[in-house]
Amino acid sequence: MKQINLTLPYHPESFADFAPGTKVLLNGVVYTARDMAHKRILQLIEDKKELPFDLQETAIFHCGPSPARPGAICGAIGPTTSSRMGPYIPALVDAGLRVIIGKGNIDQSYQNYMTNHRAIFLVAIGGASAVLSQHVVSCETFLWSDLGAEAVYRMELRDFPCYIPL
Amino acid sequence: MRKISARAITEAIYQAIRKISFAPDPDVTRLLKEAQNNESSPLARDALSIILENHRLSPTLQIPLCQDTGSTILFAEIGIEACLAEPLSQSLNRAIIRAQQEIPLRASIVQDPLFPRVNTGDNSPGIVHITQVEGDGLRLTIGQKGGGAENTSFLKMFTPATGANDIVEYITAKVLAAHSRPCPPLILGIGIGGNFETAPLLAKRALFEKLGRPHPDPQYRALEEQITEGINAAGCGVQGLGGNHTVLATHILSEPCHIASLPVAVNVQCHAHRHITVEVSRETN
Ligand code: SF4
Repeated sequence: MKQINLTLPYHPESFADFAPGTKVLLNGVVYTARDMAHKRILQLIEDKKELPFDLQETAIFHCGPSPARPGAICGAIGPTTSSRMGPYIPALVDAGLRVIIGKGNIDQSYQNYMTNHRAIFLVAIGGASAVLSQHVVSCETFLWSDLGAEAVYRMELRDFPCYIPL
Repeated sequence: MRKISARAITEAIYQAIRKISFAPDPDVTRLLKEAQNNESSPLARDALSIILENHRLSPTLQIPLCQDTGSTILFAEIGIEACLAEPLSQSLNRAIIRAQQEIPLRASIVQDPLFPRVNTGDNSPGIVHITQVEGDGLRLTIGQKGGGAENTSFLKMFTPATGANDIVEYITAKVLAAHSRPCPPLILGIGIGGNFETAPLLAKRALFEKLGRPHPDPQYRALEEQITEGINAAGCGVQGLGGNHTVLATHILSEPCHIASLPVAVNVQCHAHRHITVEVSRETN
């Protein structure tokens, strides 16, 4: 099993390093987004408004964390099913996004769109939330707190384990 | 008549939710360890070791096994000589709200599926199924079910011309089409018979059977093995990372059905299999 480190921002020139079956330890700041947050980000893109963070510099993590206990950095952390967010992928890639963390397979057409733009899809393990939480250095609600678990959280990750799917 | 207080029931449900939030079915841990020893894909082996580490860390750190702390399901067997102080749904919802705040769990329920999808904010309401039994006991089976696996569950109304092999083929194709979306390795609960509303209930109940138990009927046992082995041979594997462990166990339950019908329902369960059965004892009253 090949293993590499990725510290964000990701440089698309290194695309060849991310071959299927590679384990990736991810470092840097990412933003979570689920169904509702994607709708709102897409609306911003359509309205040609400024985005709340630079998509090129970061990654979007398909994740809705559970609340943290008092004093803890974060609660349970893990991926949600990425296929639901598939239809949003082309617009986000056009806006500069090159790294997505999630789980499950996404439709081949969206996977192809990512590959053509040398964007990478990283699979994180579902049902491993206590372990994954140990790779989160900081976690705060960043945007749209009215969405609860579906809000955008800003998370700093350290050696966060994921894989390039086969 | 035995009276059972609302407090006793709420407390029993709350403690059950608390326990399963940090601990899967112990048989899942056993099956995952067996899988790890027989796993052909290095990637899947790596993922399995992370999942097993999670089983150890979750109770220690008191961080839920999965961030999707699910919808809460309650199957109750109520003795005809037991008298409950309030409707079970009320006790259940009180326990859910307390669990959401105190553990804390993720609020993952919307008030309406369409118009509009607003989060209830406290993870209520739960889902209740009641069966009446002899005696004065109260037996509660509580489960936490994540959305990812539930979304890949399915039902088909076959007709009697269908053979067992057609059913195996259909289930295998559907589970493989779901690929890694339900977070394999999986447990498949299959309900055969009944009708349009009871087959899925049977499928969910099948998930609560003792994991890996051999089916008492050799014909159904063969069917369970065929389904598990057929899917595992196709190589989706742990979280879609390849290898030979997409399904850990398949459980079939069957019941009588109409002469024209052959309903088949499959409830797909991820490895974060959180369920427990408790008796509300006399002492807790
Ligand atoms: S399918 Fe199961 S393990 Fe995967 S995210 Fe949902 S609850 Fe967690």
